[in-house]
Amino acid sequence: MEKKPIIRVRNMVAKYGENTILQDINADFYPQQVTVILGSSGCGKTTLLKNILRLYQPESGSIEMFGVETMGMEETAFEALLGRMGMLFQNGALLNSLPVYDNIAIPLEQHTCLPPEIIRRIIEVKLNLVNLSHAINMLPSELSGGMRKRAALARAIALDPEILFCDEPSSGLDPLTSAAMDNLILKLKNQLKMSIVIVTHELASIHRIADRIIFLDQGKAVFSGTLQEAMNCNIPAVLTFFEVGKF
Amino acid sequence: MKQENNTLFLDGAVTKVTVPALFAEQKNLDLNSITSIDGKNITELDSAGVAFIDGVLLQAKLTSSALVHLTSDHREQYHTFSSLALDAAPHVQSVPVFQQIGEGVLQWVSSLQDALYLTADIAFWSVVGLFNHKGQRKGAVEQQSLLIGVNAVGIVGLLSLVLGLILALQSAAQLRQFGANIYVADLIAISMVREMGPIITAILLAGRSGSAIASEIASMKVSEEIDALKMMAINPIRYIVVPKFHAITICMPLLVTLSNLVGILGGLIIGITYLDLSPTAFLNEVLNVLVLRDIVISLAKSEIFAWAIVIIGSYFGFHVKGGAEGVGRATTNSVVASIFAIILVDAIFSLVFYF
Repeated sequence: MEKKPIIRVRNMVAKYGENTILQDINADFYPQQVTVILGSSGCGKTTLLKNILRLYQPESGSIEMFGVETMGMEETAFEALLGRMGMLFQNGALLNSLPVYDNIAIPLEQHTCLPPEIIRRIIEVKLNLVNLSHAINMLPSELSGGMRKRAALARAIALDPEILFCDEPSSGLDPLTSAAMDNLILKLKNQLKMSIVIVTHELASIHRIADRIIFLDQGKAVFSGTLQEAMNCNIPAVLTFFEVGKF
Repeated sequence: MKQENNTLFLDGAVTKVTVPALFAEQKNLDLNSITSIDGKNITELDSAGVAFIDGVLLQAKLTSSALVHLTSDHREQYHTFSSLALDAAPHVQSVPVFQQIGEGVLQWVSSLQDALYLTADIAFWSVVGLFNHKGQRKGAVEQQSLLIGVNAVGIVGLLSLVLGLILALQSAAQLRQFGANIYVADLIAISMVREMGPIITAILLAGRSGSAIASEIASMKVSEEIDALKMMAINPIRYIVVPKFHAITICMPLLVTLSNLVGILGGLIIGITYLDLSPTAFLNEVLNVLVLRDIVISLAKSEIFAWAIVIIGSYFGFHVKGGAEGVGRATTNSVVASIFAIILVDAIFSLVFYF
């Protein structure tokens, strides 16, 4: 029997001003699975992610997280839910004025009562997981794009979130770093039982990590299912994506 | 958590929620006598829990093999998050006081050197830019003149008028006692032209335009726009700074002249309304007391102030470090340094020409 979705989106509509970006989106995200949101550039993938996380306000519809409706939820109640989630932004979004250590310490210091030595230990381990131990005292401006992204991932997993959202985690990374990032995501899923939602274009990465695919086309969710089902479906937009991506 | 014989038994959740209490509890235990940690009854474990177990193992001088009876899931999690195998992270060493002083001095000398190079660059390209507009955006000087000069007319005029009114009012009360009402014109004319006009305009421009120059250049540096200009073989000083330099060179004397005139007008208003002076007598006295030398020094001084504002703003903009906070710091530092430089230059002018 299939598990109950950890995130359930129903009839969601999102707009920028007068422009409708997402129309009537229905999508389910299941626990301990990697769900990849796919689609061509500008189809609304990041918008969907940010609407689920209330970084943008959806126009209408219903979003359930951990079995609780979040549309219209009080800000404080939603903040409590946010403590159970982590987000890796497309460009890392590290605070540039703080060293890597302090960036990762933010959620630990703000959301737990852990003693400083435990916090230091957690930060060292999380940085080691993303292979960035040497950068602990560096400023984000001293890091390369890939390093910044890995440091941001260390911050996103600082609190061992139940759901990890990643916006294009492997874009701009070399194939080796990208594969290492995918392995880490799988490790987080398998060992820590994390549910992971990823927006990506990278086909190689999708083949490595995806359990489920949600395909967006022109603001509509045209497909939802496993990777295998996506590759065998008869939806032209999905088929073209996988066919063209081969080359 | 309980200690029996030489074994520490952990039970229930060992997570970020329970670790603070466990951490406090562990201080009451005799960790030196522990030879193993039993994790059989752990129901939940996360990275904070692993960090706690590692801390106990280290204090008890044990290795990870002393952690026994973990479920396979927890064992796997423990290995993922254990910090025992990691090399100690580099800690920032504290620097001795004398080394800090020495480094501070060296840094100051290096900053001064950079500022001088920048000044030379700006001076060179400003002269070149007069004859060759290549490498500059069309209409940039006009646009900057509008921002630096025209948009400042209102505030400079208003402040100078208020300043003239206050100076005249304060001095009139004293001069009136000796029947020396007419000398209020001398006082206002000399103080506005020699000191107040140039300095109040310069301080206003340091706050208005100096901060804008620093923050604009710093933002461009942070967002790699300066690098992009360099990659397009465009000299950033020529493209960004020179138009501002030309604009402020044109606008500053005009603004100072406006400030002087409006300040004197403020004095005239007090002279007419409070001291019963006639406008003709007041203006005759002003013209008699002012000499060309005063006006020339006033304008020359204002040009030096203007150049200091642009050079200091550019210096802090180009030398920004960090992100958004760095931009804020560069802006603040540029305003503080510009005001300091203005007062210093003013003091030097006073010593050279009036001592």
